[in-house]
Amino acid sequence: MPFPFFVFTANDGKHHVESLSKLTEAALNAIKGAKDLRNLEDLRVHFLGKKGVITEQLKTLGSLPVEHRKQAGQAINQAKQLVNQALDQQRSVLEAAAREARLASETVDVTLPGRRQEPGGLHPVTLTIERMEQLLGQFGFHVAEGPEVEDDYHNFEALNIPSHHPARAMHDTFYFDAGTLLRTHTSPVQVRVMEGQAPPLRIIAPGRVYRCDSDLTHSPMFHQVEGLLVDEGVTFAQLRGVLDAFLKAFFEQDDLQTRFRPSYFPFTEPSAEVDIQCVHCGGNGCRVCKHTGWLEVMGCGMVHPNVFEHVGIDSERYTGFAFGLGVERMAMLRYGVNDLRLFFDNDVRFLRQFV
Amino acid sequence: MRISNHWLGQWVDHGLTVEELGHRLTMAGLELDAIEPAAASFAGVVVGQVLSVKQHPDADKLRLCLVNDGGGEPIPVVCGAPNVHEGMKVPFAPVGATLPNDFKLKKVKLRGAPSHGMLCSARELGLSEASEGLMELPADTPVGQDLRELLSLDDQILEVDLTPNRADCLSLSGVAREVATLTRKPLKAVETTPVAAACDDIFPVRLDAPADCPRYAGRVVRGVDATAATPIWMQERLRRAGLRSLGPLVDVTNYVMLELGQPMHAFDLSVLRGTLIVRRAHEGEALKLLDEKDLTLSGDDLVIADEEKCLALAGIMGGAASGVTDATRDVFLESAHFAPMAVAGRARHHGLHTDSSHRFERGVDPELPSRALERATQLLCEIAGGQPGPAQVAESEGHLPVRATIDFRPVRTNELLGANISTQAMQEILTRLGCQVTDAQTSWQVTPPSFRFDLAIEADLVEEIARVHGYDDLPTQLPAVQPQVTWLDEARVPPRRMRACLTDLGYLEAVTFSFVDQAWQARFAPAVTPLKLANPISSELAVMRTSLWPGLVKAAQYNLNRQQDRLRLFEIGLSFVPEGNELKQEKMIAGLVCGPAWPNQWGQPDRTADFFDMKGDVESLLGLAGLDRRVEWQACEHPALHPGQSAELRLDGQIIGWAGTLSPDLEDWLDLDISMYLFELKLEAISRGAVPTFRGQSRFPAIRRDLAILVDEAVPAARVVQVIESMDYSALQQVSLFDVYTGKGVPEGRKSLALGLILQDLSSTLTDSQVDDMITAVVDKLQEEVGATLRA
Repeated sequence: MPFPFFVFTANDGKHHVESLSKLTEAALNAIKGAKDLRNLEDLRVHFLGKKGVITEQLKTLGSLPVEHRKQAGQAINQAKQLVNQALDQQRSVLEAAAREARLASETVDVTLPGRRQEPGGLHPVTLTIERMEQLLGQFGFHVAEGPEVEDDYHNFEALNIPSHHPARAMHDTFYFDAGTLLRTHTSPVQVRVMEGQAPPLRIIAPGRVYRCDSDLTHSPMFHQVEGLLVDEGVTFAQLRGVLDAFLKAFFEQDDLQTRFRPSYFPFTEPSAEVDIQCVHCGGNGCRVCKHTGWLEVMGCGMVHPNVFEHVGIDSERYTGFAFGLGVERMAMLRYGVNDLRLFFDNDVRFLRQFV
Repeated sequence: MRISNHWLGQWVDHGLTVEELGHRLTMAGLELDAIEPAAASFAGVVVGQVLSVKQHPDADKLRLCLVNDGGGEPIPVVCGAPNVHEGMKVPFAPVGATLPNDFKLKKVKLRGAPSHGMLCSARELGLSEASEGLMELPADTPVGQDLRELLSLDDQILEVDLTPNRADCLSLSGVAREVATLTRKPLKAVETTPVAAACDDIFPVRLDAPADCPRYAGRVVRGVDATAATPIWMQERLRRAGLRSLGPLVDVTNYVMLELGQPMHAFDLSVLRGTLIVRRAHEGEALKLLDEKDLTLSGDDLVIADEEKCLALAGIMGGAASGVTDATRDVFLESAHFAPMAVAGRARHHGLHTDSSHRFERGVDPELPSRALERATQLLCEIAGGQPGPAQVAESEGHLPVRATIDFRPVRTNELLGANISTQAMQEILTRLGCQVTDAQTSWQVTPPSFRFDLAIEADLVEEIARVHGYDDLPTQLPAVQPQVTWLDEARVPPRRMRACLTDLGYLEAVTFSFVDQAWQARFAPAVTPLKLANPISSELAVMRTSLWPGLVKAAQYNLNRQQDRLRLFEIGLSFVPEGNELKQEKMIAGLVCGPAWPNQWGQPDRTADFFDMKGDVESLLGLAGLDRRVEWQACEHPALHPGQSAELRLDGQIIGWAGTLSPDLEDWLDLDISMYLFELKLEAISRGAVPTFRGQSRFPAIRRDLAILVDEAVPAARVVQVIESMDYSALQQVSLFDVYTGKGVPEGRKSLALGLILQDLSSTLTDSQVDDMITAVVDKLQEEVGATLRA
C-alpha cells in the first residue's frame, strides 16, 4: 500500500485502510457531479465538515508513527485544499446556472405597454398664445391683462370710437347696460396700461374677446393678442420690421412673404392690415386664401394721437404702434384646423391632437 | 361697393387689367373682395321681335310665336311666358345658342309644335334672381343685335370692401377719382350742366335744424311719366351695383347716388302741404316708412316734414305717404346735406340700414347737392319727361362743414414712417388727392378736399402719403431693444406651471364660453344672481358664468355623448361674480374628473376614479406653491356638490376654492349615469409660494413608529394629524396616515386610523426611551383632544 494511506473507521465499525488519493478522487468526482447548491453543501459537510471524512483523518494523525506524521499532515491538508477548490469552483458554476435560471424566469415581454396615465395637453389656443408670448417676449414685450367685462370708455371712447362712430357697427357688441359691455377686442388693455404707466411701454395683452356674431366663421367668443410699443422715435418702419420678423418666426418660414395694406382702425393712424402669403398653397391661390394667394392675419398701425390724448401721453414726444392678432385664425393656419367651432366644442378627440 | 369696370373706364382710362386694378385698389386700402363677371356666360343670344302670338292648340299655358331674329325667315318658337305679346322685342336664343350652365339650344317639339329657339327672361340669362316673365327690350332696339354687345355684358364687377373712413369712395365717381390719383391718369367726370327751368314752380324749404342739415337743394318737376321705361343701360348699371330697377323716378335718384355719391329722394309733390321743413322730430311723433315699418320718433331723429305731417326720416328713408308711385305726376326732388352726427346711430337705433344712411353717417361731400340735383333733373327729364322748376337751395352757411386746414410737417412725416420721402413727392401726392397745399416750408398748410371727411389731423395726411406712396415701398426696420431687466418673482407659480402640472396628470385643457345657460347657472349657483347680457346670442349663452363648472360639465357631457368616458378636463378663466354693486372678475382654475382612474391597461386593475383621485390632483397642484399641506379641506355644503362629498378649501382661514362630487340632484337633472368630481380654485391664491430657504438635514438615523388608534367616525382625519403636528416636537419629521379602517374588530361608530410617525433629531441619535416618551405624550394628547384610544 503506497503511502500515505489511512486507516479509518467506516460505518460498519471496521477499520479500513484507504489511499488518500482515492478518497480525494472520490470527493472530486462527487463534487463535479453535484446537481445543485444544496447537494454541493451536503458534499462539503460530508468531506470537509466538522465530522467530514477528510477532517476526521486529521484526528488520526496522533495515532501515526511520529516519522509519518508531518508527511501525512501535509498530504491531508493538500487533499483538503483540492477538495475546497473543487467545491468553490463547482459552487460558482452552480451559482451562475442558478442565476441564469432565475433571470430566465424573470424575463418580461418588453413590448407590453408601460403602466401609465394618459398624457394630457394644452388647448391649441393656449399653445398659440404661449408661442406668441415667447416670440414677442424676445422683442421685449411683457404680458398685461385687463377685465373682460369692460366699460364703454375703455372699449370705445378712449380708443377714438365715439358712440355714433360707424366703426361701432364693425363690433357687434354684447351689452349689459348702456355703459357696460363685453370687450370686443383686447385694445382696452392698451388704454389701461397707458393710464397706469409712463412710456417706454412694450406690452402684449392676450385674452378672450366677444362679439355678438355666430356662424361658420364667427364665434361669439374668441381670442386676441394685442401688442403695444410706445417710446420716443417709434416708427411705422419698425412696426413692419417687428411684425414681419414675428410672422416669419411664428410660421418658422424664413421666406414667408408679408404685405401691409392700408386699412382703417379708429385708434391707429396710419393703419394697416397685414397679409401673409397663403401658408396652405404657398401663394398660388387656393380655397383657404380665396384664390388670392394672401391671408389676412392681423391689423396694426401707429397709435392715434387722440388715444394718446385720452391717456395723457404727449404725442409730440412719444409715438407708438399697436397690433392685434386673432389667435384662432393663427392657430387654424398653423395647425391646419378647418373649422372655428372645433375650438369651443372641447371634444377630447380634438384636444388630444395637440398633446 | 360693386364697381363696373366698364362704367369706371368711362370715367378714367386706367389702362390696367381688372386684376391689376383690383391689386392697386387693395394696396391703397380699398380692399378687393372679388371680381365677378357682369353676366353669366351665354352666347348667340340676339335681339328678337315677336311677329305673332297664337294659342297652342294642345296646351293652355303655351303660345305659338313667330320670331324675327334679323335673319329674314320667321322662326317658330313655343313660349310659356304670360307677358309675351305681338311686336315685343326680347332676347332670343336661336338653335345653336348657349345659355348659362352650358345649356345648348336645339330644335325641339313641344306638345307637337316645333320650337326652334327660346325667348328669354332675365333670369334665364343669369341677369336677375327673380323671374318676371320675358325680358322686354325697348321698342327701338335693333333686331338681330347680339345681346351681350347691346348690354355691354362683357364687363367685370369689382367688389370692393370699403373701410368706414372712405365714404368718398361710395360712388363710381369717388372710386374713379381714387383710381385717377393712383394711376396718375386724368379723371373724365360726367358733364352736369344746369337744367333750365321750364316752369316757375317752387316748393318752399325751411331749415329748422341747420346744424343737422345746413344745405338742402330741391326742385319741382311737373308732369313726369312715372311709368316710363328706365333705359336698359341705366337698369344694367343699377343691376351691376346690386340695385333693382323700380321705375324711372326711383331709378334716377338711385343712379345719381351710385354715380356721384349723393343720396337723393323724390317726394310726390301732390302730398306736400305748405312748406318743407327740416327739423327734429317731436317726441312720440309717428312715421310710416316706405317699407311700411311704423316708427315712433324722438327728438334725436331728424325728419323732413311739411306743415301738417312728418314725411321722411332724413337721410335714412322716405315715408310711405309721400313716396312716388306709378300715379305720381309731379315730384319734388331732394338733394340735401345731412351732417353725419344727425344720421349716425339713428338708423341703427330703428333697426334700419339703407344705402342713404350708410353714406350720410360716414359723410357725404357737402358740395354735391346742387350738382347731383342737376344731374338727376337732366336724367329724369330725358327718361320720364316733365317740366323742371328752378333749382332751389336752402342753406345755413354758418353750419356748413368747415374744411379744416391741417398743419403738416414733412419732416415729422418721415420721422413717423421711418422713411425718406422727398417733400416734392409729398406735395405731389397731396395735390393729386385734391388737397390745397400752401406755404410749403417746414410746416405746410394743407386743406383737404370737401369729400374727404376722414382727413382732419396731421396723422391722417401721413397715412395718405404712405398709402399713395405704397406701404410696401416704405422701409422696414427692427427697433433697438433697450435692455430692461424685469425681476423674476420666484415665489410665484406662473399659470404656465399649473397648466403643465395638470397636463402631466393627464388633463386636457378646455376653453368654454364665458356665458352660460341661465338654467344651468341657477342650478350650479342658485344663491348668486349672475350678470345678464342685454342682447345674448341665444338663451344657452345668456348670463356670465360665476363658476367654470357649468362649462366643464357641459363639455364632459358632450364627450360622454360621443363615447369618450374617461375625462380629465381643466380650464383657466375668469368667473364673474357680482358682489354688491361691484363685479368681481376673478381668474379661476377648475377641473373635472370622471370615468376610470386609469386608462384601460394590462398592468393596472380597472377602477373608477373617486373623490380622492381628484383630491390627489388638487394636492399636486397646490404643492407647486408648497400649499398642499397648508390648505385645509373642510366639509361644507355646496349647491352643486354631493352633501357628503364636498369641501371648501381654506388657506389661512380664507376660502380659496371648492372641490367635491357633482350633486346627485344635478346628475339627475343632466341625466348623467356617471359621477363627476370637480374642483375650482382661485388662481391667484394658489400661485403664492415662497422662495426656498435651506435647512440642514440630520446626520442621525430616523426612527419610524406606527400607531393604530380608534376615534369617533365624525373626527376628521386631518384633525388627528393636526393635533400631532401642533405638539411642535422638533424631532417629528413627518406624520403619515397610511390606513383607515372600519368594520370587524372596530367598535360601532369608531374608526381605526394607522399613523406612521417619523422621528429624527438634528443633533443626536434618539434613544428608545426618548421615542417612547414622545409616543406616550402623543397618545395622551390624542386622547385628550379627539378622544383617541390605542387600538388593541
